[in-house]
Amino acid sequence: MIQAIAFYIFASVVIASGAMTILSRNPVHSVLWLILAFFNAAGLMLLIGAEFIAMLLVIVYVGAVAVLFLFVVMMLDIDFAELRAGVSRYLPFGLLIALVLLAEIVLAIGVWNFADIGPDTRLAQIDPSVPNIEAVGRALYDRYLLIFEGAGIVLLVAMVGAIVLTHRERSGVRPQNVSKQIKRRPEEATRNTNPEVGKGIEL
Amino acid sequence: MIGLGHYLVVGAILFVMGVLGIFINRKNIIIILMAIELILLAVNINLVAFSAFLGDIVGQVFAMFVLTVAAGEAAIGLAILVIYFRGRGTISVDDPSRMKG
Repeated sequence: MIQAIAFYIFASVVIASGAMTILSRNPVHSVLWLILAFFNAAGLMLLIGAEFIAMLLVIVYVGAVAVLFLFVVMMLDIDFAELRAGVSRYLPFGLLIALVLLAEIVLAIGVWNFADIGPDTRLAQIDPSVPNIEAVGRALYDRYLLIFEGAGIVLLVAMVGAIVLTHRERSGVRPQNVSKQIKRRPEEATRNTNPEVGKGIEL
Repeated sequence: MIGLGHYLVVGAILFVMGVLGIFINRKNIIIILMAIELILLAVNINLVAFSAFLGDIVGQVFAMFVLTVAAGEAAIGLAILVIYFRGRGTISVDDPSRMKG
């Protein structure tokens, strides 16, 4: 019972915040609604026992992706009013396509019936006595080790690509030259003088 | 009781919302990227729901890979957005004729 109530709360909030994400006038508000959607999706996943994916969703999506969006939205000086211009023009057409798509998907879910999947057809059956994170780890580092390493390479390539794309050599700045600083010796930097009383020194 | 169908419907609504977001915010790449994140979130909900209700952990492993790809895609997409903005001073995608190779 309490699970059903929690499901309906999470589901309605995730759908409402998804709608606000695409309809907000201000992209900063969009990002904040997106964060709310991610949190509630994590709640939905917690309800069916996928704790690891739920926490990963909070850490990766909210902690990395949404903050990245927030940085970009706030750092670029964009005239968002101009970008909103076409919304009313595209809204009827977009709504039509979305409703048709939704009707088709819900129809497909409604008439769909899956055959009973026996234990022998499952690749890694969920054992209630094993914690979720341990079960995921066993599948991930055993059968899917190569794909896991491939995911690491995807992230590496994405990181290198993002740095290469956005890095630029700027002229007119005076960067620190570390080797020049280290090579400097006291003999060439200081000089002992003994000026007479009342006279300064020429530098 | 909450079943697989409930989760699939939530996933379907989120997915359609992402598609709608791409349609109605045609000029604003930032919102388009967020709509793509919504679509990937819907896919993740579907994968996790199937994994839980069919009793097979593999769906959750694949949800993790989808998460990886989503993170990489957001990083690259926003990097492209930043250099596009630097060159043009706007992020409007109305006339992409400038984007010749």
